[in-house]
Amino acid sequence: MMRKTLIVLAVLLAFAADPAQAQISDGVIKIGVLNDQSGLYADLAGAGSVVAARMAVEDFGAAAKGMKVEIVAADHQNKADVGSAIARQWYDVDKVDLIVDVPNSGVALAVSQITRDKAKAFIVSSAATSDLTGKACSPNTVHWTYDTWALANGTGNAVVKTGGDSWFFITADYAFGHALERDTEAVVLKNGGKVLGKVRHPLSTQDFSSFLLQAQASKAKVIGLANAGGDTTNAIKQGAEFGIVKGGQNFAGLLVFLTDVHALGLEKAQGLLFTETFYWDMNDKTRAFAKRFAERNRGIHPTMIHAGVYAGVSHYLKAVEALKSDDGTKVIAKMKEMPTDDPLFGKGTIRADGRKIHPAYLIEVKKPSESKYAWDYYKIRATIPANEAFRPIDQGDCPLVKK
Amino acid sequence: MSTVFGVPTQALFGQLLIGLINGSFYAVLSLGLSVIFGLLNIINFAHGAQYMMGAFAAYFLLQWSGLGYWWALLVAPIVVGFFGIVLERTMIRRLYHLDHLYGLLLTFGFALVIQGMFRHQFGSSGLPYAMPAQLAGGRNLGFMFLPNYRAWVIVFSLGLCLGTWYVIERTKLGSYLRAATENPALVQAFGVNVPRMVTLTYGFGVALAGVAGVLAAPIYQVNPLMGADLIIVVFAVVVIGGLGSIMGSIITGFTLGVVEGLTKVFYPEASNTVIFVIMAVVLLFRPTGLFGQDK
Repeated sequence: MMRKTLIVLAVLLAFAADPAQAQISDGVIKIGVLNDQSGLYADLAGAGSVVAARMAVEDFGAAAKGMKVEIVAADHQNKADVGSAIARQWYDVDKVDLIVDVPNSGVALAVSQITRDKAKAFIVSSAATSDLTGKACSPNTVHWTYDTWALANGTGNAVVKTGGDSWFFITADYAFGHALERDTEAVVLKNGGKVLGKVRHPLSTQDFSSFLLQAQASKAKVIGLANAGGDTTNAIKQGAEFGIVKGGQNFAGLLVFLTDVHALGLEKAQGLLFTETFYWDMNDKTRAFAKRFAERNRGIHPTMIHAGVYAGVSHYLKAVEALKSDDGTKVIAKMKEMPTDDPLFGKGTIRADGRKIHPAYLIEVKKPSESKYAWDYYKIRATIPANEAFRPIDQGDCPLVKK
Repeated sequence: MSTVFGVPTQALFGQLLIGLINGSFYAVLSLGLSVIFGLLNIINFAHGAQYMMGAFAAYFLLQWSGLGYWWALLVAPIVVGFFGIVLERTMIRRLYHLDHLYGLLLTFGFALVIQGMFRHQFGSSGLPYAMPAQLAGGRNLGFMFLPNYRAWVIVFSLGLCLGTWYVIERTKLGSYLRAATENPALVQAFGVNVPRMVTLTYGFGVALAGVAGVLAAPIYQVNPLMGADLIIVVFAVVVIGGLGSIMGSIITGFTLGVVEGLTKVFYPEASNTVIFVIMAVVLLFRPTGLFGQDK
């Protein structure tokens, strides 16, 4: 019955829509959520990102406005070839207009290039490499939530300034880890610190003991974890076993998500310092979002990636509505023109190089005794204002930026 | 301080020990595989999923009934082993007269289903499982900090491996088992219930995977993907050691753990491919594996 009503409504709306609606290619705005649905990044992005995209479409009121929006999702298995094949299939055959999310910098760089070739639109929420708005920037890509430069500067500055001046890196051996290590090393050196050594491990490593032993032997004060998801939690967990923190060394989690802290438990994660651009428990709007989100996502609260997918899709739909067209290149240009405003990140802008600008937060994980309710994990130690949180536009070597 | 190829000898000893610890997981898992293959001729691709189920069983025992690590070490393998028995009775049994490949495909599909179900229910970032209080902490050996728990893993795994080897190679029960694989009809004629023995053997092999899962739970997160990540490596270990060779899988398990540990020092990027390189080389020169025999 419900379904029938909806169909009738949709047909009526289609007739009622103004002629400009014809600008929407094949009458449907199709959004593809492409991410890791089964591997080590499945909880921090995965099905949650699909939920976030759906919520964005519903909250925008697309149906009431006569816009037909469809969402499709696929698993890229953290493989650039699989991700590229899906992106091509989506753009060429399935008429997808926008791809969102895409964790794993290797996959995201490939998808960004394909999106550019096909003149479609790409909103990155979870891939981290700052190259997406640097030397690999594209007029068809917006990098929404965070990047390696922001993480490195937020966390790196704070840690070096509180005395952590000698570092050892444990780095995931692919585009993302390399970019994060490079950006953090630059911050450490700039602040007068030094890097005593680094080790690169394959993506999705189970056992970190060998690497931890090397880090321990280096006597560095800070062990920087330039990895993410299951790799980070495994390293921290096994670090506790080898007495890393008790021995006077500290971990700097360069990229840590709410779901990682949840998996570790506060007992093991307490005191960890890192940078995020969103926390669900910041204000009434974020809490309201988190409550609705968790109800639809097995109780798991939103990570900053989920928030970025929601905000990115919302802004995209606003731009499509304003432009009355879903032409990828034009919509991204419109997105950059319009100021952003959403309940999760507040007011912000998108720069010419595709970088979305908003504040970042230096987070400290609470002690078990400080946590009062479910998912109450973070203390916000400092707010990094929007104009300092991201790399200055003239330092990224993005060809789109006129010198 | 003296060095070997630019690595301080102290660090090298540490890595050797770490290699032994990882090797114990390889040994226990490949032992289970070898027992199942050697006696049943089934390539049990569900072994990784069964290892993961062992870790989850430990987690559930703690969450639901408050039974801690030591109980889990006893109960979880029985639960997982029982599960294996049900699987053998209902499905695998029907494949004995067919080619190896059918068993492989069945168990592989089964592993995918089980892992998919766990992942759907529990996500991919894992669940915390606390270390038993008696084994927390560690000691400084001078050249490295050895967590007590990891030392326990080595000792326990070695004991388990040697015990299993002894039962199969040196006892009457073991000789029945070996005879039953050579000539089931004859052994049956002597009044031995061969089908039941086969079922129990499969259950035992699966239980070994379950034990490894419990051993792993406090070190790694209890994670639906833990078996999928490990099983391919363990298969390589079994192939290198020689499919079906009990002692072969124990020795290669420990040795390859050490080789992998050393790779992590000298060229960490290659640490998860080195075992496959060795496998390729071994297969070139000894297609039946280092300890395998032609059948």
